[in-house]
Amino acid sequence: MHSWILITVMALCTMMIRFMPFLLFQKKTPEAILYLGNVLPYCAMAMLVVYCLKDVRFNTFSGFLPELIAVVIVVVTYKWKHSTALSILSGTIAYMLLIQNVFIK
Amino acid sequence: MQKETKMAFKDSLTIFPGYMVLGMGFGILMDAKGFSFLHTLAMSVFIYAGSMQFAGVDLLSGSASVITTFLMTVMVNIRHLFYGIGMLKEYGTIKRHRLYDIFALTDETFSIVCSKDLSALKKETYCFHLSLFHHLWWITGSLIGAILGDVLPFNYTGIDFSMTALFIVIVLSQWETNKDHLTVVLSFLITVLCLLLFGKERFLIWSMLMITGMLFLLKRIRGNFNA
Repeated sequence: MHSWILITVMALCTMMIRFMPFLLFQKKTPEAILYLGNVLPYCAMAMLVVYCLKDVRFNTFSGFLPELIAVVIVVVTYKWKHSTALSILSGTIAYMLLIQNVFIK
Repeated sequence: MQKETKMAFKDSLTIFPGYMVLGMGFGILMDAKGFSFLHTLAMSVFIYAGSMQFAGVDLLSGSASVITTFLMTVMVNIRHLFYGIGMLKEYGTIKRHRLYDIFALTDETFSIVCSKDLSALKKETYCFHLSLFHHLWWITGSLIGAILGDVLPFNYTGIDFSMTALFIVIVLSQWETNKDHLTVVLSFLITVLCLLLFGKERFLIWSMLMITGMLFLLKRIRGNFNA
């Protein structure tokens, strides 16, 4: 029973956070929030990339080389072809091969 | 079928592998900790936030208190405030399915919507279906994991990099369309700095505060230059 209560708490709390900006700023959006709304999408994505790579460690090669190589592949293929699918596929396959066969974690 | 629905389906396929596999990972973990598939299903339908659900497995199996669970959820999900503020304009004018679109605004859906030029599209149809398809991939993945995860013979280790790759691609495409590179570079550096200073459990909240501060400071400086 307790587990269901906790699931309810997590669900309601997550919804509350997702709805909060709309509840607070929908009717009348202050100038400052409008400005943030315009620039935050760009900043948030940069933050999210760091968030995804937060487990990288520089004390061993296997701690950062697989990520580094895969990131370089994503960037280079994207600059080359501008194809989202190609970059995601090549980067992910390279990363999987690297950590499963070369830099075993 | 409307063209927006087709387009949403096609775009949602970028997220498909990541959500299927992360969802399966979550389902397998729940199964291993002895929770029924109903728990897994309820969490993927009603919480629908990847990293929170993984954190939730620990909370559930350790029988955490309501207060701890609440605080943990705020900490893990607070970044969604950013997405909501970023989507005020896009989602603010939507008439139909607005509540669902806001509920289902995950990292990935946010990233796809804000990398898409919606001006020539029926926004309501596109956003709703994109959110719905993503949600379905996530639910399907977690159910597969909960029910038959341990019998599937394939080594998925590392497939979660597909999310990282997606976010990098979006940063690159934004870089080409948006002229304001300084804010992006500063946001990146601030987040790295906060990670080093505060550790991976707490860096996001600090990054958000400092990025917001940086943005206002920058506006002030630039405003003064313009004036």
